Amino acid sequence: MQPFTVRVQTGRFDTGAEIDRLSCNPACGAVVSFSGLVRDYGDRQDVAALALEHYPGMTEKALHAIIEQAGQRWQLQAATIIHRVGYLALGEPIVLVVTACSHRKDAFAAAEFLMDFLKTAAPFWKKEILQDGSAHWVEAKHSDQAAIGRWQ
Amino acid sequence: MKLNMVYFARLKDSFGTGQESLETDATSVAELLVELRLRGGSWATELGHGKTFRVACNQELAGPDSALRDGDEVAIFPPVTGG
Repeated sequence: MQPFTVRVQTGRFDTGAEIDRLSCNPACGAVVSFSGLVRDYGDRQDVAALALEHYPGMTEKALHAIIEQAGQRWQLQAATIIHRVGYLALGEPIVLVVTACSHRKDAFAAAEFLMDFLKTAAPFWKKEILQDGSAHWVEAKHSDQAAIGRWQ
Repeated sequence: MKLNMVYFARLKDSFGTGQESLETDATSVAELLVELRLRGGSWATELGHGKTFRVACNQELAGPDSALRDGDEVAIFPPVTGG
């Protein structure tokens, strides 16, 4: 099994199957997953959908680099990052992070680290599409930038 | 020399293009930005001082002093908002 997986795709992912795939190593006693979903409010109320764009090539490199950094801090046996792009309706899953470690503290911390860095270093951009059909690019959040501060 | 320029998200919309082949004498990112601002309009506005944007050279984040070479892929984009 390839322990570190990065995928960017338009279609849905099977969260259960991805967790199962990292749950078959007897050295890993802890598997943690995070799922990000399209929410009905963001920069504005009445969000109906998101349109996600990315920078093919750089995105995959950036995500692998983030996993490598996590691997230097924790005993990360395996990790998966899947991020969707394109049109995503309300409630659709956008992102999945799965980490597998010997112990739960490492698995929780690594999953949070991967999400914090994904949000500030991987070249994805969200456009919010509102109920009335209008659309705007989401502004980067200071809180996301602040979130990576605690890992430094 | 020739650069392969790519633009994303809001900047792609503002510039009205996602990519172009650019003939330039700029040897650094800072010089390239000066040249692009001289185009005026949305180029001057979006890349103006006080505006926040990122530059990547060959898919690695670059700074103002980063050197440019013939054939480089240079991307300019807004701060990222994935996840």
